[in-house]
Amino acid sequence: MTNNEKHIKEPFMHITKRTDIKPYIAWLIRLIAIVAALIVSALVIVSITDYNPFEVYLKMIEGNFGSERKFFIMLQNTAMLLCVSLAVTPAFKMKFWNLGAEGQVLVGGLASAACMFYAKDSLPSWLLILIMLFASVLSGIIWGVLPAVFKAVWRTNESLFTLMMNYVAIQLVSFFIMVWVPNGSSVMGVINQKSENGWLPPVFGQKYGLNILIVAILTVVMYIYLHYSKQGYEISVVGESENTARYVGINVKKVIIRTMVISGAICGLTGFLLVSGTNHTVSKELAGGMGFTAIMVSWLAKFEPIMMIFTSMFIVFLQKGAGEIAMTLGLNESVSDILTGILIFFIIGSEFFINYKINFRSAQKEAE
Amino acid sequence: MKKIFALVLAVVMLLGLAACGSKSSGKKAEDGIKVGLICLHDENSTYDNNFIQALKQVQEELGLKDDQVLIKTNIDESDACYNAAAELVDAGCDIIFADSFGHESFMIQAAKEFPDVQFCHATGTKSLTEGVKNYHNAFASIYEGRYLAGVAAGMKLNEMIEKGTIKPEEAVIGYVGAFNYAEVVSGMTSFFLGARSICPSATMKVTYTNSWFDIAKEKESALNLINSGCVLISQHADSEGAPKACEEKGVPNVAYNISTISMGPNTALISSKIDWSVYFKLAITAVQDGKEFDTDFCGSLKDGAVKLTELNDKVAAAGTKEKLEEVQAKLESGELKVFDTKTFTYKGAELTEYLADVIDEGDFKPETNVIENGEFAESQKRSAPYFDIKYIDGVSDL
Repeated sequence: MTNNEKHIKEPFMHITKRTDIKPYIAWLIRLIAIVAALIVSALVIVSITDYNPFEVYLKMIEGNFGSERKFFIMLQNTAMLLCVSLAVTPAFKMKFWNLGAEGQVLVGGLASAACMFYAKDSLPSWLLILIMLFASVLSGIIWGVLPAVFKAVWRTNESLFTLMMNYVAIQLVSFFIMVWVPNGSSVMGVINQKSENGWLPPVFGQKYGLNILIVAILTVVMYIYLHYSKQGYEISVVGESENTARYVGINVKKVIIRTMVISGAICGLTGFLLVSGTNHTVSKELAGGMGFTAIMVSWLAKFEPIMMIFTSMFIVFLQKGAGEIAMTLGLNESVSDILTGILIFFIIGSEFFINYKINFRSAQKEAE
Repeated sequence: MKKIFALVLAVVMLLGLAACGSKSSGKKAEDGIKVGLICLHDENSTYDNNFIQALKQVQEELGLKDDQVLIKTNIDESDACYNAAAELVDAGCDIIFADSFGHESFMIQAAKEFPDVQFCHATGTKSLTEGVKNYHNAFASIYEGRYLAGVAAGMKLNEMIEKGTIKPEEAVIGYVGAFNYAEVVSGMTSFFLGARSICPSATMKVTYTNSWFDIAKEKESALNLINSGCVLISQHADSEGAPKACEEKGVPNVAYNISTISMGPNTALISSKIDWSVYFKLAITAVQDGKEFDTDFCGSLKDGAVKLTELNDKVAAAGTKEKLEEVQAKLESGELKVFDTKTFTYKGAELTEYLADVIDEGDFKPETNVIENGEFAESQKRSAPYFDIKYIDGVSDL
């Protein structure tokens, strides 16, 4: 041991980047992470409650798959979260940090609600729905493209800009509800509850049928767009390096603005689906934080639309499961937030071990 | 990553199916009534906690088992409320309560779809107009409780004046309201009338948070009021924000829904609350006995639905307890009326006629004269409050 001190001191451990990890090892690391997360969660459950952790896990599964209704609610929530995630993905691939999905969804929803509120029963439902769709998508585009233009032309910081646009959207919603509902309760209530004018009709006997179908198609379209279209390729190049993009003759400004038009449009579409197909009303909580959760969904899936089906379902699974254990076991939802936190922490943490290798000071030297 | 998720999901789905198969989709348990409650927030909100504790109390009184009482917390005022109600029906509930104003449309939607289940919505306004037999509204004449809490506040103000801490004209009350809305306006006005009946020089300043539950905003609002010279604070918002701000500043506080003595041992005076156990018990036993019950129920001081919580002797002025008993007896006997038109003026004149939006058809047009027998007939034409006069003389915005 004393000899060692004369040498250049080697750290106890150092980290090197892995370049060629075998897929099965990457798999194994992720599996270990999930098992470890479940074990830690189980320890937490045992230490703070009287419940058997397996009972808790089973309840979480029941909360999502326990009945046909629960299953479709899970699918619907997944579809909405997935839709926002699809919206932010092209921008993220371009390294344009769109933190404004929340606001873009809100203005989209607000536009739909406004159409329903003002049109009431004066238009046939199918026409009203088309107008709502157009208005929502247009509002989403405006909310998305504003920061993009400022970024492309004046190089403003898009994260701050998009983030601040959220608050403008929230205030707009508050304002309009105040105008529409003068009694001051700030509750819009269901619009056109009697006539159901402007409500998306059920498909296959499922009231969320159209929502789920539209998002499913959109997922495939987005996959093809990102992987097989020229525009999708341009997005990747701009994301890797703006200078390279410029060098090969890509109009970077155009790509930034065009991509945010797409991003905003899909957010607007989500707003439309949330109002016309789901809630039939608007409130400040319409987007319910999905604009931010979507970032995690998209990132966990490495910006791959097909994988995002699973990551969004995973997040919704945890949320719905949380509600179920809160109800049936009487555990506060904070408990399930802790479990969700542990799971996500381990999954994100596992990426570190997949990308980097930890080298310990060799055992031989230790022995000397 | 993708494969792992696929794998996990496959396992999850398999287990899910297994869970499906093993559970006999819980329709109508023969072993007794099942009760559901839908809450906007969870126990951390004083408002929701008031409902949850009341239901647990009734559960004990009626000897219901834990699996007969299902409570769903953190349910938004959206489609999520309808889904929560529908899931509770699936789980076999015979009667379902919801606690937030914004839940109403979604409860009505569920009530229409499941006519065999009773849906009871607190604070709502539409049972009179919707005409759905299994849809009920409920509230209580909380203005009586607020008035009494105001009496305790008035005693405290008088004590401060007598001690010379403040001059009579400095007896300014601060009020943190959630929304600029009838329920809140009714509450603040009755509180103010109670205080002024004891301390005639009292005035009140009001500010709103535009949220039912926002700890930071409620705290900030209370501090703003204190800084602008208010010497006593009360609130109609559901977090501990205001009571804690008062404790920090040493300003007496009158709360709502729960006793806040633990949050502010040196400043919490008293709270008024609705005891929902009265309604829960009435509705649940009616369903158990297969009887119909009121589609628009309004509890009162007399039947125990409106209550005061424990008086904090450390803060209260001497003689408060006796005074409260005296005023309560008068309110119960009808000798004293909270909204007696002789006790307040609006724009300098006594009210002889006032139209309120009692029949809620979504038009927001006031249509019913609510001044009767020398009083504003609050909660007599409909359980949910409709006193929305902003403001009677003596009350003003901050």
